[in-house]
Amino acid sequence: MNVHVRPGRAGSDRTAGIIKLAILAVGGQGGGVVTNWIVALAEASGYTAQSTSVPGVAQRTGATIYYIEMVPQSERTPILSLMPAAGDVDIVLAAELMEAGRAIQRGFVTPNRTTLIASSHRSLAVSEKIVPGTGLLDDEPILEAARDASAAFYAANLEDVAVKSGSVISASLFGALAAAEVLPFPRSAFEDTIRRGKVGVEPSLRAFAAAYEVIKAGEVTAVVAGDDAAQTHHDVAGPQKHKSAFEALLRRVGALPASAREMAHHGLVKVVDFQDVAYGGEYLDKVEALAAYDHHDETGLVATAAKYVANAMAYDDVIRVADLKTRATRTARVRQEVGVRDDQVLMVTEYMHPRAAEICGLMPASLGAYVERRPKLYAVVDRLFNRGRRVRTDRLRGFLPLYLIAGLRPFRRRLLRHTMERAHWEAWLATVHRVAKTHPQLAREVLACRRLIKGYSDTHAWGLSKFDKVLDALPLLETRSDGADWLRRLKEAALADEAGDMLDGALKTVASLDTPASLPKTRAA
Amino acid sequence: MAERSFAKEVQQLKIGAGEEFRGEGILAITKALLQCGVGYVGGYQGAPISHLMDVLADAEEIMGELGVHLEASASEAAAGATLAASVHYPIRGAVGWKSTVGTNVASDALANLASGGVTGGALIIVGEDYGEGSSIMQERSHAFAMKSQIWLLDPRPSLPAIVKAVEDGFELSEATNTPVMLEVRIRSCHVHGRFIAKDNQRPKMTVKEALENPRRETGRIVLPPASFVHEQEKIKVRWPAAIEFIKSRKLNEFFGPDDGKVGIICQGGMYNGLMRALQRLGLADLYGESIVPIYCLNVTYPLIRDEVVDFCAGKDAILVVEEGQPEHIEQAIGDMLYKARGTAALSGKDFFPMAGEYTGAVMLGAVTDFLRAHAPALLPDKERAPNDPAGEPLLPDLNGKVPVRPAGFCTGCPERSIFAAMKLVEEDLGPHHVAADIGCHLFSILPPFNIGASTMGYGLGPASASAFNVKADKRPIAVMGDGGFWHNGLTSGVGNAVFNQHDGVILIVDNYYSAATGGQDILSSRADNESRSTKHPIERAVKGMGVDWVRTIDRTYDVGRMRDTLHEALTTEHEGPKVIVASSECMLNKQRRERPKMNKAIKDGRRVVKPRFGVDEDVCTGDHACMRLSGCPSLSLKTLDDPLRDDPVAAIDNTCVGCGNCGEVAEAAVLCPSFYQADVVHNPHDSEARWASWRSAIISKLQRWRTNRRLSFGATLPKGSNA
Repeated sequence: MNVHVRPGRAGSDRTAGIIKLAILAVGGQGGGVVTNWIVALAEASGYTAQSTSVPGVAQRTGATIYYIEMVPQSERTPILSLMPAAGDVDIVLAAELMEAGRAIQRGFVTPNRTTLIASSHRSLAVSEKIVPGTGLLDDEPILEAARDASAAFYAANLEDVAVKSGSVISASLFGALAAAEVLPFPRSAFEDTIRRGKVGVEPSLRAFAAAYEVIKAGEVTAVVAGDDAAQTHHDVAGPQKHKSAFEALLRRVGALPASAREMAHHGLVKVVDFQDVAYGGEYLDKVEALAAYDHHDETGLVATAAKYVANAMAYDDVIRVADLKTRATRTARVRQEVGVRDDQVLMVTEYMHPRAAEICGLMPASLGAYVERRPKLYAVVDRLFNRGRRVRTDRLRGFLPLYLIAGLRPFRRRLLRHTMERAHWEAWLATVHRVAKTHPQLAREVLACRRLIKGYSDTHAWGLSKFDKVLDALPLLETRSDGADWLRRLKEAALADEAGDMLDGALKTVASLDTPASLPKTRAA
Repeated sequence: MAERSFAKEVQQLKIGAGEEFRGEGILAITKALLQCGVGYVGGYQGAPISHLMDVLADAEEIMGELGVHLEASASEAAAGATLAASVHYPIRGAVGWKSTVGTNVASDALANLASGGVTGGALIIVGEDYGEGSSIMQERSHAFAMKSQIWLLDPRPSLPAIVKAVEDGFELSEATNTPVMLEVRIRSCHVHGRFIAKDNQRPKMTVKEALENPRRETGRIVLPPASFVHEQEKIKVRWPAAIEFIKSRKLNEFFGPDDGKVGIICQGGMYNGLMRALQRLGLADLYGESIVPIYCLNVTYPLIRDEVVDFCAGKDAILVVEEGQPEHIEQAIGDMLYKARGTAALSGKDFFPMAGEYTGAVMLGAVTDFLRAHAPALLPDKERAPNDPAGEPLLPDLNGKVPVRPAGFCTGCPERSIFAAMKLVEEDLGPHHVAADIGCHLFSILPPFNIGASTMGYGLGPASASAFNVKADKRPIAVMGDGGFWHNGLTSGVGNAVFNQHDGVILIVDNYYSAATGGQDILSSRADNESRSTKHPIERAVKGMGVDWVRTIDRTYDVGRMRDTLHEALTTEHEGPKVIVASSECMLNKQRRERPKMNKAIKDGRRVVKPRFGVDEDVCTGDHACMRLSGCPSLSLKTLDDPLRDDPVAAIDNTCVGCGNCGEVAEAAVLCPSFYQADVVHNPHDSEARWASWRSAIISKLQRWRTNRRLSFGATLPKGSNA
């Protein structure tokens, strides 16, 4: 529940002369610095200012509030409040988007009164990060509420503005506050305050000015979590014969139902990148075979197949990891992310932990299977290899082994891991085909269950077991017209928590289903 | 080295009479102590008193010049006992701590101190940690004052009022031979304001002079028959003296008109909040001129019967503004009015909530409701009739759309790895009973770790596992920090376990400081401290207590070793307590110290290696297993612009301090190969740079060779790359 707000008391309220300002931040963001600046600014401008905060444990990455009241200086001492009250705040500075939401939730943002200035960037809460699927909360309800609940709403990615200026968010928040022109002080007074602070003056002023401009320009930055998004794969480079073969495959993509083409294009690129052009042909064979059930892809079966067949075929094996880690593009990306200059040296250490399973996976299928069947031999292999390895890929001694493993790519089809993966996807696709004949929507959801398989080693095994668990419910659902919905719910339940409690609950519900008429709602629904 | 330095601010402590002092409440209290000629100061850190200790530590030189002794007490009990110096000698002393937890710890000393009474003024400054942002159970200090007969001051939350309370407190203490407790709430401690200063005073008698001229008075020592005399003296002599002093010095204040239909009695600490409610109702102006009579209790114990009865006489109704429960003051006023045949209706907890903080909304609501019931004519028109819900602005409901954000481990915190290791051990040996303790490590009880079942008090982690001292298939694990260890855990935990032949595991988290309270030095701190003796290893103390099985891990980030050591402790045949000392420096403090040094070294052209971590987004599969073993603020998620991907992938931002936890966890838990460590060498040696460029040339050649033989997609290199 949001905090209950009583009606405004204009006319009787004797605190109209006080400017009330609350700062909501995440501990460690430097909310105290902005607070001190604002107090210094007010005092230098002939105001009496009082600030309070609740430091201590709350600041250790938790949500925290700073509060300031100011009033023109006079002979007498004003009696000011030590904490913000719901419905009685003029200006709210939120140092992160969800903290703006929290301010609204707590009633600190009042329509027709409060100016809300927020950084639109996200600092994810632990609860959002630990979900096996997607736990990220949506920005839009917050942005919408911010517009509705405030008298004026200013937002920009002030974190980004600060970082680009070599400073921290306190400076850009201060700049945004100046730009919003809600305090009766000119811009120069703000900047003088920063100068008087004598700490990191130049970067602070840069961030201040940048934020000032951004807010003045009225740029409400849409919050894009992945702003350095992967490029769309349209430029194809490489030997001409491969390129021609690839173009032939693209023509086959063009023959797929229109709604599935884009996904199939992405999928094709992924599997060819994973293995080779011929592998791309195998991929399209599988997608095309499923298109036979739904020529216009009205059920989404083909697009879903294009996505998950590609993900299944481009599995994460040792060769793939070695390949990705030794590419030129990767070296370039790391250098850019870390921000290395040419006069600096970059050392890159990979954290790897191969086990016997990965080693056997790299062996020719029959040899690998032979080792896996013999526990003693397997244990020997495990003893030899199973240990954390730190590989310096900026040095030849670390780079070359990975480079050579990546070079095993042409032989991949003969290796144990590939055999296992192929067997798995063939069984899965056989199920899809069987179901698709009568129930294409359900078949689509069987395809989508592939999303459950991700990660490496134990995480991968855990994902596989969830995948099996969900698909074990298939016999119960095949006869139901709403079977596809139920399978989707099971998958979502499986992605909701690590322990699988939600999935177990959802499976119980499915087991208790009798007639399609009486559908109870699961929590995962 | 404390988290926050007041080195600059303490210069204000030197200012003289007539000059204006500007700063935080805590700093004002320190200045007031010096103005009062305090002879010694002690205390134990803990919000909101941490900053008092930090200010005092930074002001040690100034205090030394005045002949004031500063004691960084080992615990609140030690701090309380320090006041013994004021029992026989006319020396003013002050101690401070976080209440009620600190008062709990100190109550033995306080009870003894209050029994025998004092000669010099004895002031106990308690930082009342109640309400929003509080890190402890919600209780009041009031009961301690009542039970031990200590006078309790609760000044209005403004700097001049707080400073005056310090002055009044010493005088009251001396006039009544009774210790005085000064209660300051968390926001008062951190309120920024101003007051006109006075000159600092040298103590009338220094502790040195007292030590060289010892005195004793058997009558002041707590032992029968003197203690029976004390009990009578408290009531027959000290109490009346206090009443007389408080009345004659007008320590409590009256605001507003003498007469009125209704009146309000408030704790001093509630005054600003009450005033804001009246201001918003149009019943008081900005400067506190109120239409409603107010009786402000700057002394909340003892209450002055005459003042209360006179204030209530002729009024229809009285509202008592008293935060927390039980409502000691309201009960006492009720008793007074009843016995005086008072006619005013008494309200308080009928309009205010019995439990919880009096926030702005609570205060406004309760005052409005009280006035509507007893003096509706005072209210603005709108408020006379009950609320019309239709007239309230409808706000969007963000329930469930805003994440909860409790406090947690900081970026790079060395304790994160300890609990990651513990989670890995639990995957292997199953869940265990874990007794947690007070300190940053208590964040382990929250996601993603969800480890720890109880917290029983600072340093009491191992003691709280002492009942589980039986033969069983699993051993209990008790956690405590280095702060808690030196506070009392060495005896209550380790000593207790040795003596009782406890078979459990005690994990001591040593981050080199009393970190949760702001990074104050303790015995085992590694820092050089000019005025304290540090570098006393915990391991030696534990062995000295008689523990045979002790393992010290000097780098907690080594998750594998941490896991193996815990595993060994839980499974070894060895009987008796198994103690693991897990040491790594608090990252917050380390960064504060090292970062400026590092930046200077880079500027000076010296070779510096700056580590950080990264994630290969195309290797990460978005399973978030690493998140469930970390929770680091710098390890976050990003959504890739790739339609083939459903779930966001891990990403490390530029706040990463390169602690290594990500890589170590990925390695120890065999998570995934997505993590890489990128060490940037600033100002590399010439030969180093040459080798690097030679190596990079060969690697580039190899990469090009392979690129030319395969298809690549969208392989436009980002700018600035020389790969």
